[in-house]
Amino acid sequence: MTNILEALNWLFTAEAWAGPGGLWVRSLEHLGYTLLALGISAAIALPLGLAIGHTHKGRGIAILATGAARALPTLGLLTLVALFTGIGLTAPMVALVILAAPSVLAGAYAGVESVNQATVDAARAQGMSGWQVLTRVEIPLGLPLILSGLRLAALQIIATATLAAYVGAGGLGRQLFLGLQTYDYAVMLGASLVVILLAILVDATFGITQRLLRRVPGLAGAG
Amino acid sequence: MTWVLENLPRIGELTLAHLALSLPAVVIAFVLSIPLAWGANRVRVLREPVLTGTGLLYAVPSLPLFILLPALIGTSVRDPLNVVIALSIFGLALMVRSAAEALDAVTADVRTSATAIGFSGVGRFFTVELPLAGPALLAGVRVVCVSSISLVSVSAVLGVSSLGSLFTDGFARNIIGSIVAGIVMTVVLALICDLLLVLAGRMLMPWQQTSRRRRPLPTRAREVAA
Repeated sequence: MTNILEALNWLFTAEAWAGPGGLWVRSLEHLGYTLLALGISAAIALPLGLAIGHTHKGRGIAILATGAARALPTLGLLTLVALFTGIGLTAPMVALVILAAPSVLAGAYAGVESVNQATVDAARAQGMSGWQVLTRVEIPLGLPLILSGLRLAALQIIATATLAAYVGAGGLGRQLFLGLQTYDYAVMLGASLVVILLAILVDATFGITQRLLRRVPGLAGAG
Repeated sequence: MTWVLENLPRIGELTLAHLALSLPAVVIAFVLSIPLAWGANRVRVLREPVLTGTGLLYAVPSLPLFILLPALIGTSVRDPLNVVIALSIFGLALMVRSAAEALDAVTADVRTSATAIGFSGVGRFFTVELPLAGPALLAGVRVVCVSSISLVSVSAVLGVSSLGSLFTDGFARNIIGSIVAGIVMTVVLALICDLLLVLAGRMLMPWQQTSRRRRPLPTRAREVAA
């Protein structure tokens, strides 16, 4: 317990937070990496997942991809890409996207598929085109699961972004590895606590958003 | 490739270390999740807090947890035990929810029938509810097993030996073969363990095969829906 107090002591000093290598800057970097990686993952995986859910084609491949991604060790992927791209942000981004995209994909197709088939048929019978069915029926009704996929992806990214510092990028992992190398447990623990706090905050933000969206009429709690 | 051939003993050693860290965690998570899930289902007021609480644990990133644990339980960061406990917590975070849902999916009809023909509470749990929840529990354990095996490697940055050491060494000394070998071995290990779990499931639940063939979806769908 004294260790935790020491870490908290360090966290409450001004110099821990200030400056270009301080916790504020590192936290913002960490969040920046997370948003960027989540954005890229969503840009790749959302359209794919929605297409799979809408057409019911390629589901087997999607399941296989998500399963395989779960078995892939993050650190291995990260260090492997880093050996090719060198030190910097490319390797973490590649690794983060490969790890997070399957979660987004799975959420997207599961979301679209969760929509009652009768509802989809009814929409079609009213003369909606495939695109209209997707954007006006399947996405709004499948939103809970689509968001769950994004939420899981965001959590995976925040956790893994800590490792970005291992291959020379920034983020909160910087302080963590600094503490590790200098045997300064207080710094290591303090940085860890900030990462955990960040993860819980992002998770809670998603949770609240999901809860608020449930109240919007036309967006279903069907999931 | 030559690097791999020259270092086969070390790869074997690290594979064993990897298993020694991940498998106990899977077992602990499974064994602890059952009473927790049972309790959560029994005392309805506790159900949501327990499920959300364990779910929240999953939001805690792995590396920071490896570092936080020593401050809470007095292990050391480089202690393998520390890694096993952290992994058990992650496994538990995933497993409690699926166990609670699996046990909850056993229909009330089945439970009351079992009581009616004279099963005691405990007997009913082990001979009726647990086997019926088996398939869903197995699905949960498979997820926990695969993700534990891939998560272990992270602890290598803290200096705990596992297949993850092949990543840290390979990165430090610029040996691509080392990293590739580590990734391949981790994935192979995950696949083998997954396969063994499926086989164990078939052996423990032989009725599954026949029921799937002869009595298709309707009954199973109703079980899931309930």
